[in-house]
Amino acid sequence: MSEEKKGFFTRLKEGLTKTRNNIVRGIDSVFSGFSSIDDDFYEELEEILIMGDIGVNATASIIGRLKEQVRERHIKEPADCKQLLVDSIREQMRVDETAYDFEHRQSVIMVIGVNGVGKTTSVGKLAGKLKAQGSKVLIAAADTFRAAAGEQLAEWARRADVPMIGGTEGADPASVVYDAVSAAKARGVDVLLIDTAGRLHNKKNLMEELRKMNRIIDAQFPDAHRENLIVLDGTTGQNALVQAREFGDVASLTGIVLTKMDGTAKGGIAVAIQSELNVPVKYIGVGESIDDLQKFDPDEFVNALFDVNMEEEQDGRTNVDSE
Amino acid sequence: MAFESLTDKLQNVFKNLRSKGRLTEEDVKAALKEVKMALLEADVNFKVVKQFVKAVEERAIGQDVMNGLNPGQMVIKIVNEEMIALMGSETTEIAMQPGKSVTVILMAGLQGAGKTTATAKLAGKLKQKGKKSLLVACDIYRPAAVEQLHVNGGKVDVEVFDMGTDHKPAQIAEEAVRYAEKNGHNVVILDTAGRLHVDEDMMAELQEIKRLVSVHQTLLVVDAMTGQDAVNVAKEFDDKVGIDGVVLSKMDGDTRGGAALSIKAVTGKPILFVSMGEKLSDLEQFYPERMANRILGMGDVLSLIEKAQESIDIDEDKSREMAGRMKKGKFDFEDYLESMKQMRNMGGLSSILSMLPGMGVKAGDLESLIDEKQLKHMEAIVLSMTQEERRNPKLLNPRRKHRIANGAGVDIADVNRFIKQFEQSQKLMKQMGGGKGKRRGGMFGGFGGMKGGFPF
Repeated sequence: MSEEKKGFFTRLKEGLTKTRNNIVRGIDSVFSGFSSIDDDFYEELEEILIMGDIGVNATASIIGRLKEQVRERHIKEPADCKQLLVDSIREQMRVDETAYDFEHRQSVIMVIGVNGVGKTTSVGKLAGKLKAQGSKVLIAAADTFRAAAGEQLAEWARRADVPMIGGTEGADPASVVYDAVSAAKARGVDVLLIDTAGRLHNKKNLMEELRKMNRIIDAQFPDAHRENLIVLDGTTGQNALVQAREFGDVASLTGIVLTKMDGTAKGGIAVAIQSELNVPVKYIGVGESIDDLQKFDPDEFVNALFDVNMEEEQDGRTNVDSE
Repeated sequence: MAFESLTDKLQNVFKNLRSKGRLTEEDVKAALKEVKMALLEADVNFKVVKQFVKAVEERAIGQDVMNGLNPGQMVIKIVNEEMIALMGSETTEIAMQPGKSVTVILMAGLQGAGKTTATAKLAGKLKQKGKKSLLVACDIYRPAAVEQLHVNGGKVDVEVFDMGTDHKPAQIAEEAVRYAEKNGHNVVILDTAGRLHVDEDMMAELQEIKRLVSVHQTLLVVDAMTGQDAVNVAKEFDDKVGIDGVVLSKMDGDTRGGAALSIKAVTGKPILFVSMGEKLSDLEQFYPERMANRILGMGDVLSLIEKAQESIDIDEDKSREMAGRMKKGKFDFEDYLESMKQMRNMGGLSSILSMLPGMGVKAGDLESLIDEKQLKHMEAIVLSMTQEERRNPKLLNPRRKHRIANGAGVDIADVNRFIKQFEQSQKLMKQMGGGKGKRRGGMFGGFGGMKGGFPF
């Protein structure tokens, strides 16, 4: 197993420890504390999932599925429900095999989201990752609003050793995008990464600005593979769902970057979004260094969340890696 | 608008309660279950919700309520009171050191909570109160954080102190306080790096700052959109560093802001400010009662009045005159223009509607109903009239109307409709005007006129 992978896994595990403690302690006590599967049992389960930010609706549908399975399989013991629940969430969080195709194609990735979720940092990390994989990367600094956003991104570009375009405070972001697309075509860039200004999804004008940027890429670079990644703060509650919905409305989303997962946040909101909007989590951020952005692994996520067979999974990974 | 959906939900629940003359225990429980779900969807911490619902239930199921004249109203009142209690009953001001001594304020929070922005906003706010602040760049980690503070400090015209990124934050803070004392600053605001509450090293850094510098107020900046984790964050910061108050950021999103309800309940620390917008002036005092009223759809009239007083520079005589004319049904197009101007100054129609009592539930619908664009068209129509025409709508003959339509770039049918509606509301106002003598001048004159004057 590579050092990096181990490090990441440990970090994710560490990051999720508290999460896991909260959820798992609750879940285990429910599974062991109840002698029969009754309404009280489901209600308790419901509460625990809600505490994990999974949300009222997604929780209801998870519980609904669980009830169905319990009926179909004639399960009587609360303890037997646990694996069903884990499997059900894991299945839901599975990422499509084509999800990372953009890494090997000529693509334009626009990174969007509300203020302070970690867009610029994610762009920097993503640039570093793609560059390390041998892609020719160009960064566009289309956050021309926030003070010193350009400087922040320039620093990341330097760390990742990739060129950057734009970054003048107050410039028109749409024109930055236009220039960046032209430059990407002229220079034969593999991946163009566009960092956008944070905007609240209920600010109509700013959302229209984003729609325009999206349209420009479509019009100027129709051949490129398109990715619109929304960055969501893992600590965000149910509002993240509204965010995903509104952003998806102006620029159809292809994936989620879930950041700040190294705190005590449950990140359960990702389950809610997957459940209601069917947008997959593609990356997960668990730290500050450039390597701390990793592809989302639903098995890892759910296992870490529920603390299932942690060691076995790790061994499994080792085998796969060494092959 | 924060809390809007919660308001909608609670209003629905209580609409059902209101329609009943008597309440059974089951009625109350059913309603409270809805309240519980609504609060959970608003990201109010689960434990807080449980406690809250229990407290309300205990009071609501008492005999007085059940047999009272208007039990539904009573339950709403109880919910309202408990909610205010939860958010802290009183408005808390930031505690300043007496006289000329320097007050040191430490800003802390997770990454991306909005610390740097809130820091500058706070400095701007204190400047209005005559304080001379010094902003201190203690975030030595995030690229360009120092520059960001410089830019934001420049916007509010407050001096920024930095020592680059090669010194320890505690050292920078110490130097900054020394500098402030020497240069006649009376407030020092330390902008620190975003950090996770579980990051021991980073939390130790804050402790180190507090050890070297006597910090008078530690403010935790919390993103209003935070989910169930908000209380964990607040609690950890309080346990490890000690906080005196909370600044709730990004309240201008449509988050229901359950974090606001939870934090005070769990940590006992008051919410001092809410940060509402992108502009550096958008830092507002937190009023628990108003906020609770807003959540329950009872409107936020106090904030509305204040906003009006702040943002409208009206000539007292002029508006009294306008109110007088209105009573007589002589409200003309000039007054209409003036009303429109006032309304825009108060942040637009939807913003006003959301603060009006009883409008909470309908604000969402109304917003879609009233196209602000349409209002602009109407304004264009009025602007295309001559002064005489505005003062005397009777002058408007078909030829004039045609000219106006051309001028405003609308159809003549639009002009006709607008004028007709205007005449109708004029009549309406005349009828209303007689009885309501107590309508005083100032904004209410203009405001009432504006309300009546909307020819939807």
